[in-house]
Amino acid sequence: MHPAPSVIVFTTLSGLGFGLLFWLGLGLPAVSGWVAFVFFAIGFGLAIGGLLASTFHLGHPERAIKAFSQWRSSWLSREGVAAVAALLVMGAYAALLIFFDIKVTLLGWIGAVLSLVTVYATSMIYAQLSTIPRWKTPLTPALLLAIALAGGALLAGQITYAQILLPIAGVLQVLWWVRGDGALLQSGTNMASATGLGDIGTVRAFEPPHTGTNYLLRELVYQVGRKHALKLRAMALMLGYILPVLLILIPFAHALAAVAVICHLAGIAASRWLFFAEAEHVVGLYYGKR
Amino acid sequence: MTQLPEKTDRKLGLVIDLDTCVGCHACVISCKGWNTENYGAPLSDQEPYGGHPSGTFLNRVHSYEVQPLATSAMPHPAAQLVHFPKSCLHCEDAPCVTVCPTGASYKRVEDGIVLVNESDCIGCGLCAWACPYGARELDAAEGVMKKCTLCVDRIYNENLPEVDRVPACVRTCPAGARHFGDFADPDSNVSKLTAERGGMDLMPEQGTKPVNKYLPPRPKDQMDQIDVLAPFLAPVMDEPKGFLGWLDKALEKI
Repeated sequence: MHPAPSVIVFTTLSGLGFGLLFWLGLGLPAVSGWVAFVFFAIGFGLAIGGLLASTFHLGHPERAIKAFSQWRSSWLSREGVAAVAALLVMGAYAALLIFFDIKVTLLGWIGAVLSLVTVYATSMIYAQLSTIPRWKTPLTPALLLAIALAGGALLAGQITYAQILLPIAGVLQVLWWVRGDGALLQSGTNMASATGLGDIGTVRAFEPPHTGTNYLLRELVYQVGRKHALKLRAMALMLGYILPVLLILIPFAHALAAVAVICHLAGIAASRWLFFAEAEHVVGLYYGKR
Repeated sequence: MTQLPEKTDRKLGLVIDLDTCVGCHACVISCKGWNTENYGAPLSDQEPYGGHPSGTFLNRVHSYEVQPLATSAMPHPAAQLVHFPKSCLHCEDAPCVTVCPTGASYKRVEDGIVLVNESDCIGCGLCAWACPYGARELDAAEGVMKKCTLCVDRIYNENLPEVDRVPACVRTCPAGARHFGDFADPDSNVSKLTAERGGMDLMPEQGTKPVNKYLPPRPKDQMDQIDVLAPFLAPVMDEPKGFLGWLDKALEKI
């Protein structure tokens, strides 16, 4: 799949933002006044910034309002509805906390749950697609939720939770990669089933439909060098999970915590780039590119 | 509404005969022509005469080489070339419809045709991701999703002579490799062809239940001796005689 910057920025930032909002909704840390304002501003900034980035890849962003209508069948629509609900509830919770010093615990809990539902809906946009066997697994929502929770805990200064959640996310990441590498083969979709010609013999793509490229090849048949992918995986694992855990094991200092957050964000961005770049869409089989 | 209908009254679709298709790409051109000049946004091209031409097509023809396995009866089987037209299969369980967030994608209850309402499409591209067949392409100029309409503006069009009320690709195919009809009717031409020739689904494991069927190539004929000129080309003389024979022997001795 084409690793579009808008989608990588969207899933990385909004995942972290909703992760932070989750912890703030639980009252961890129990902030008020200006400190609360800064925490919520970061949470809303990341979540909304990510959502806005996602509209950049639309052909007609001015019609985006229509995307809230099909929540009965579409995970993308559900994500939009959940995101707006989470932001509204958390906005009300934050406003009461910051400006009136009133803490409505229940409102915070509802906002926290809605934040997680949003991340889950985002992950299901990918995990629902049978056409991309690497994504079609319950490990995808598990991984994206774990990353959001761990990153949120890191950003919220919940060191103990981050120390538990970051290794869990790291293990899920490795499991997701290992399973993903055999996923296309496991799916049973191959050139024989794609063309229906497997009963005759071995099928080889002889000529593509056009000498040039097309939308399908650009969008769905992106190919990444295996050597670079392995290097990037090592970097993502190191920056996203291992280094932040090591940095927060050292007695707490704000400067180190900031470095941990930046490391984590860079690592997750690399992991998210691979999430798209390595994903094999089965339509590539028709072009003999799998 | 992007929920799929429980059942459609008719199941209009195509039978594509891989035995008959000669790979001329006439269906590609007629499709592009009709769907650029008629219903919906035109199918645009980018840099058509430049260094990197590309464009939107609703129907593309691939070509595959199939190498049969060697058997004791056929130790060196010849590879077969199969031309493979591919357009929207108008699936019963169309994954492209249910993922659409705006309701722009829908499957018609009356005839099962999968269509896009272009004025509702936000161009997010998720339906193209959900389709295993590459049947949907986002038009680079218009920013909306384009797909085969089964020429919905031809098949019901009473301004056209009756013979033309079939999809443009079917009407134009010079080999008769494309057939249009109703799969819900067991006596229709397409149902009969599918039953007779073992019409198959593409990627059945994807669970999309495609309406369009593909007829596999028939087994190739085996002929003993087809080269009538070969006997005349056999050497008329094995050993040179006369002067050439002497020269040959003399040179051998050196």
